Amino acid sequence: MKHKFQYFSVGLIAGWLCVFGLLSFLVMVVMSFLQHDPDHIALWHFTLQNYVDLFNPIFFTIFLKSFYIAFMVTAACLLLGYPFAYIVSRFPERLQNMALLLLLLPFWTSSVVRAYAMMSLLKTKGLLNTALLSMGLIHEPLQILFTNTAVTIGLIYNLLPFMILPIYVNLERFDVSLIEAAKDLGAKYTTIFRKVIIPLSIPGILGGCALVFLPAMTLFFISDLLGGAKALLLGNLIESQFLMANNWPRGAATSVLLTAIMAIGLLVYKFKSSNKGIHYEAVI
Amino acid sequence: MKQSFRFFYIALIYLFLYIPIGTLIIYSFNNAIFSMLWHGFTLNWYNEVLHDSNLWIAVWHSLYLAIAATASALFIGTLAAISLYRYHFRGKNMLEGLLFVVIITPDIVMGIALLILFSLSGLALGFWSLYIAHVTFCIPFVVVIVYSRAKSIDPNIFAAASDLGASELQTFWHIIVPILLPALISGALLCFALSFDDIVISYFVSGPGFEILPIKIFSLARLGVNVELNALCSLLFAMTLVLVCVSQWVTRQKRI
Repeated sequence: MKHKFQYFSVGLIAGWLCVFGLLSFLVMVVMSFLQHDPDHIALWHFTLQNYVDLFNPIFFTIFLKSFYIAFMVTAACLLLGYPFAYIVSRFPERLQNMALLLLLLPFWTSSVVRAYAMMSLLKTKGLLNTALLSMGLIHEPLQILFTNTAVTIGLIYNLLPFMILPIYVNLERFDVSLIEAAKDLGAKYTTIFRKVIIPLSIPGILGGCALVFLPAMTLFFISDLLGGAKALLLGNLIESQFLMANNWPRGAATSVLLTAIMAIGLLVYKFKSSNKGIHYEAVI
Repeated sequence: MKQSFRFFYIALIYLFLYIPIGTLIIYSFNNAIFSMLWHGFTLNWYNEVLHDSNLWIAVWHSLYLAIAATASALFIGTLAAISLYRYHFRGKNMLEGLLFVVIITPDIVMGIALLILFSLSGLALGFWSLYIAHVTFCIPFVVVIVYSRAKSIDPNIFAAASDLGASELQTFWHIIVPILLPALISGALLCFALSFDDIVISYFVSGPGFEILPIKIFSLARLGVNVELNALCSLLFAMTLVLVCVSQWVTRQKRI
């Protein structure tokens, strides 16, 4: 009986994940080495052309741009999120739970809804421009929507909690007596912050950066809505290869590259931090 | 840092998070199509949302997709978590590794990998392709949540149960499930939310015959800002509020 139950449940999940997780990924890798053919999904002919194509200046520019935007978004989230996480982690416990609930509440609605909300805020006749005009701060409406700035703001808006949570989890466990010890030894507050608090929260910071940087390259619908029709992110490139250019092998190659970038990032993260629990907790 | 500065900073971040949604909700009551000036209060746009049958088809599709995916992911994930907790078997590490890989795979990569698999195997894009995709990305979350709760079970309970003659199935139903109930509820809520909100993966594996809400909203939003969409999004936000309150209430009940 025990064995039946065990075989059934392990077989079920292993089968499901092998077919839809592993097999689909392998098929995609194979696809990335096949030749493009306008009439079929792909031609059964081995080639490295799809990878060579990715270094073509057009695609390479998109990579660089996407990297740049992801970098800016990650930096902004870190600068905004670290103080937030720090302050909240020093609250009394009841207030902490309240603060986290308020932080996460908007994130339980669809991310499309959030992108759309940002869109209506930033548009030429939107609230932001109306407010700034009536305060006399500007004399002509700012054209923010459909620019890179709008995409950056939209991404920050969508990803900020992913930076805050891992840092908060890390800081919350922080041993306060370390700060007292530093004070006793005569350290100034800035020194304590620089030499004690920041170094000890590095795992949280790295975890947060990993959770922000990657989506910032791939959330294509945000740049579709806020950035107009330009292919801006790596995600837009993949999307257009599949749904518009109909070049599946090249799209697959782009995805493989993306996965490789992620794998490298993960290895670095694992190498740098011994705190493995953080990733799971942050995801949830 | 001064106390007042702290509160000021926290308030600023909350403003950043809530202003866009707040604006959306306020202007969904505005009696004007394009203007951002206040033209009086109206429920007109809500009325239009309620009578938009295309929209309701998408809502209905999203709902039963989310329910089906949640139920299946909960079933598969819970059984897996219990087996991972109770048994030692060959390939256990591999299974854990596989789960980890599925968790960290970027959504977009999972979406197109499944799209390629489905189109090569001839499965038409529609309910079933979405269902498979949603179950796949929900399973790891269930396993992680249920497993972390299962770790707190005292293993002696199982010995006691089998001493008293309980079969494996009886142990499962009468002991394991009740203990795991809070984890099952929070896992189910999370799966439902993930499935109901997902856009990146669904975008690739949905077909024209089976439209779901996030995709519908995305295609409407692409056409530009419109008030009816404001009303719809406000309704969705209200629904989220209710769900979060219910889940808070449920977990609080359990603690007592």
